[in-house]
Amino acid sequence: MEIKIELPLTQDKVKALKAGDSCLLSGVMFTGRDAAHKRLFELIKEGKELPVNIKNSTFYFVGPTPKREGEAIGSAGPTTSYRMDAYSPSLIALGQTGMIGKGTRSDEVIKAMKAYGAVYFGAIGGCGALLSKCIKKCEVVAYEDLGTEAIHRLEVEDFPVVVVIDSEGNNLYKTGREAYLESLGEEK
Amino acid sequence: MREISTNRITETIKRLCIEANCKLPIDMKTCIEKSREAETFPTAQGILDKIIENYNIAEKETKPICQDTGAACIFVNIGQDVHINGNLTEAINEGVRQGYRDGFLRKSIVSDPLERVNTNDNTPAMIYYDIVEGDKIEITLAPKGFGSENMSRIKMLKPSDGVKGVIDFVVETVEKAGSNPCPPIVVGVGIGGTFDKCAYLAKKALLRDADSANPIPYYAELEDTLLTKINALGIGPQGFGGKTTALAVNIETMPTHIAGLPVAVNINCHVTRHVKEVI
Repeated sequence: MEIKIELPLTQDKVKALKAGDSCLLSGVMFTGRDAAHKRLFELIKEGKELPVNIKNSTFYFVGPTPKREGEAIGSAGPTTSYRMDAYSPSLIALGQTGMIGKGTRSDEVIKAMKAYGAVYFGAIGGCGALLSKCIKKCEVVAYEDLGTEAIHRLEVEDFPVVVVIDSEGNNLYKTGREAYLESLGEEK
Repeated sequence: MREISTNRITETIKRLCIEANCKLPIDMKTCIEKSREAETFPTAQGILDKIIENYNIAEKETKPICQDTGAACIFVNIGQDVHINGNLTEAINEGVRQGYRDGFLRKSIVSDPLERVNTNDNTPAMIYYDIVEGDKIEITLAPKGFGSENMSRIKMLKPSDGVKGVIDFVVETVEKAGSNPCPPIVVGVGIGGTFDKCAYLAKKALLRDADSANPIPYYAELEDTLLTKINALGIGPQGFGGKTTALAVNIETMPTHIAGLPVAVNINCHVTRHVKEVI
């Protein structure tokens, strides 16, 4: 059963989510990948103001393809998240509560997620055409010079994700694999 | 001597860039659909269904299957009886430029690995040339995403490590990659050659149809052994658990030195794109 969630992801919603939950997200999220994260991180280090409000924000690690006329966005599936690991703890400390990507996260990121309350969602990698259907609006809000890597503000409707790591540090990449291997044992 | 114009090459490359990125080849569809039938774990079944739905949407709407439309890896076999009017490399890059622009594909190449400024036209392409007999040009175009490219590894094994060493290294590489390269994956394995040739073989292995086997029975068997071992890891589609961690293992080999046993593993995702055309 899919859980419908309205963004922003406030702490009460963060705490209710558990690894393995399938969710449909609706509301506003921001895109950001390598280059944008690096710039945000540098601003944080210098104590400067950020171009977007991080409090209760959800960031989708994605670099979409260019849109055609009549489309809200091009293909837009998740990119591999570990490349953001160096930057995510600082954003989580500023109140970022949601991240959407694919693949593993570092112990430092998980530690920050537990300390401040944040959720890491997985979207299906390599399904950019399908996922783009749930993105209704897309506009650049910062770093336009970065092209696909600019920060875009997205309005999404029923965007499908799975909770991979919850705010207690439970990790579907561990439990999912274990559950499958256990299911084999039961068959035998 | 047969004359081939650079315009024709540019036009072909442009068309192949768009086709490769929007239409998954039939060998990949076959492998994914067979894996879906064989998959027993419900979460994994659901993900494979979405993967199938995605490539059908992409093909119908001529939309990129994946937003990472890749580095344009291009393998050109040039017949020695062909004469090309003009600059071949420039003609190929112009085709990539036009294909990525007109096909609304993502431009993912930075001009310098450390300065990291986007070239904004996805050039330069990663090109390999080979001189072959005949009066034709065979072009294989394989856009390569980097989520999976980043999980690739090479190791210079000792001859005494033998086939066990090869198996252990390949399986270890896939296990370390885990959920990162968008499983289910295709595993390209190069064995032999020198350090550089071995990596090239692994990339070339990814050009071969995923439902094909190495023509040498010993290596065809090794491909099966590796696929079975990889799919026993339980990583599953997207790393959420399941049988379908890899769709195929393709091995390419060549002679090597008496002192060495190089092994390279080039990982690709379930969007293993490759198109071929002969001019």
